[in-house]
Amino acid sequence: MLRLPPFSYHRPATLDEAVSLLGEHAGDVLPVAGGTDLIPNMKHRLFEPGHLVALRGIAELSGIRRENGCLRIGAAETLASVARDADVKKHVPSLADAAAHVAGPQIRNAATLGGNLCLETRCTYYNQTAFWRGALGYCLKKDGTVCHVTKVGKKCVAAHSADTPPVLMTLDAVAVLEGPRGRREIPVRDFFVADGIANTRRETGEIVIEVRIPLESSSRRAAYAKLRQRNAIDFPLLTVAVSVDLEDDGSTVRSITGVVTALGSRPRELSGWGEVAEGHALDEDVVWELAERAYKQCHPLENIIVDPDWRRAMVPVYVRRALEKLRA
Amino acid sequence: MPPATEIVTLMVNGDRREVGVPGHYTLLEALRYGLGLTGSKQGCDKGDCGACTVLMDGEPTLSCITPIREADGRRIVTVEGLGTARGPHPLQDEFDLHGAAQCGFCTPGILCSAAALLARSTNPSREEIREALSGNLCRCTGYTKIYEAVEAAAARMRDNG
Repeated sequence: MLRLPPFSYHRPATLDEAVSLLGEHAGDVLPVAGGTDLIPNMKHRLFEPGHLVALRGIAELSGIRRENGCLRIGAAETLASVARDADVKKHVPSLADAAAHVAGPQIRNAATLGGNLCLETRCTYYNQTAFWRGALGYCLKKDGTVCHVTKVGKKCVAAHSADTPPVLMTLDAVAVLEGPRGRREIPVRDFFVADGIANTRRETGEIVIEVRIPLESSSRRAAYAKLRQRNAIDFPLLTVAVSVDLEDDGSTVRSITGVVTALGSRPRELSGWGEVAEGHALDEDVVWELAERAYKQCHPLENIIVDPDWRRAMVPVYVRRALEKLRA
Repeated sequence: MPPATEIVTLMVNGDRREVGVPGHYTLLEALRYGLGLTGSKQGCDKGDCGACTVLMDGEPTLSCITPIREADGRRIVTVEGLGTARGPHPLQDEFDLHGAAQCGFCTPGILCSAAALLARSTNPSREEIREALSGNLCRCTGYTKIYEAVEAAAARMRDNG
């Protein structure tokens, strides 16, 4: 049995009200949408805010529609509705695919796209009860001073474990945030920082309100591949998102992007792919060379209890699988 | 100071019920400790295992991670509300006939997930059944008998129109 710590639950009807509630209780408040990440974390005493501001039920955060050349997805749309939405499936099918493969059906009925963007990083030594963590003297990320993964480091290496952000990066999506200082936009590519303790540029008091995906990226081919132990429920051990723009001949690569995550604290955009693939067809040799480049750049740590050597060995396999989907 | 009690109104299994619980309770705690509906199980209690699954406005929902205020005024169906002793839900009958429950701990959650599936379609493929139940862990039976029971219940619901 895991009890929640006490809190006051606020259910604002508007975005303005939500932002001012977050300001009013600053330092002792967190926003909560689906709660599938935060509520278990609160049960583990990783967060103990005196106030929660609920984002479900705020009309401005819902809706999926085409607008000004973009597909606009309200941040409080559930992963289930993203996965089954006709426009998402038609224009950005790799996003529908990634959303459909998060956890299990009940989680997807509650978890939101905004929440997936802001998913707390995960680690073997962090996602545990207070009792478990205390028995080990806590860890660098929460209540302690030592990282049990690296033993020596002063940097938290908890894993970014969300499925949709790498896909959103390959689609040039933009996150829109609302906060006490107004509204701002951050490309999802620039949203994450390599710090396991706080790995996004979202500031305290800010809420992700929507995600915009430029529709020109719908002529782009994109795909997604995910490694996990079971085909449901589990967080990813590795995910790969890829996208490619082809020249008018329909076979020569104009540009190509690959993003790998669930290894380090932020999604990693793979470098050196352009020089391998651009100007060539995406044939088998090119695919194997891209996979090899990915392998060289990825160095997973034991932040998840799964052999890091095996996770690394799976990098080229899953890169090839994602690229094969593009060729299909 | 103990946390304040809040009165929450739930439409549980067709009845309007008011329950007074601390505001930081989950829906599962309100059902089990406020209303005595202990059919929904407290398993992992952190949203992994699916034993606490209930239907909220028809959608399979993990009651152990649903803050009680999110359930205020919503339509909740628990395993107790799927059928009666004299008139069990076809799923309950077929789980019995197929031996699809062993220890039974996961069964209430699985029945709720399966009931939501059969409310959408009485002709689901094996793959759709697997997908619909993929958020519910069973550690006893393996899933074959469970899938067969769901298929049999679906067939019976088709026959009964």
